[in-house]
Amino acid sequence: MNRTITPAPIRKAFTVRATPEKAFRVFTEGHDRWWPRTHHIGKSDLTRAVLEPRKGGRWYEIGADGSECEWGEVLVWDPPRRLMLAWHITAQFTYDPDGYTEVEIRFTDVGDGDTRIDFEHRGLERLGAGVESTIASMDRGWGLILDLFKAAAES
Amino acid sequence: MAYNNAFAALADDTRRAVFERLAERPRSVGELARGLPVSRPAVSQHLKVLKEAGLVTDHAEGARRVYQIDPAGLGQVRAWLDRFWDTALEAFKAEVEADDDEEDE
Repeated sequence: MNRTITPAPIRKAFTVRATPEKAFRVFTEGHDRWWPRTHHIGKSDLTRAVLEPRKGGRWYEIGADGSECEWGEVLVWDPPRRLMLAWHITAQFTYDPDGYTEVEIRFTDVGDGDTRIDFEHRGLERLGAGVESTIASMDRGWGLILDLFKAAAES
Repeated sequence: MAYNNAFAALADDTRRAVFERLAERPRSVGELARGLPVSRPAVSQHLKVLKEAGLVTDHAEGARRVYQIDPAGLGQVRAWLDRFWDTALEAFKAEVEADDDEEDE
């Protein structure tokens, strides 16, 4: 019974018409230019999304009121090939300095000035505890599913 | 949404029993039917509902079909993140490709 059931990682793959250097730069230094304004956790509206371009760099938001809200940090900085980020955001969309899931982005030169982007958000089982406390009270059904999931994951 | 289907799928006692047995380990229809007071066709029918709700998946092992809990079907948070990254990465792609003025190394 030592089986572990974990949620499948979220994976996305697509090609962009740009070199790996440019794609990497836009993803990191140009983070704020494309990050959706709707996607943030601070109480104030999102003014700026920042990804500091170095290993250990902070990943955070600046709100309209000037407040800063952490999202995570840079785990691997390997331009223009690979970027790995720690996503310190819980299932309740709050910052957790201790727990994180991993976001990895690979930039592969596929010729003709194009780059394939392989994206993965993994370790989602670490969201499990938060998911359970959020949802178990909502409905017996979900409580059951998550209890089973937790039992299976921990067995 | 998928989790509403999941609630409905688990509202039935027998179906929940089937699901709980699959949470222990993957099993075939025959194995499931042996441990439950229902017929094999009835078990198949329950599995079909669970599969449509995104709670279980199946694969062939030789001549038999083996069912297991679908790890990708377990969370609304996962579903939310999946949609979130679709939106974010689409915006990223548009920005990379629109930005023709920036010179490349």
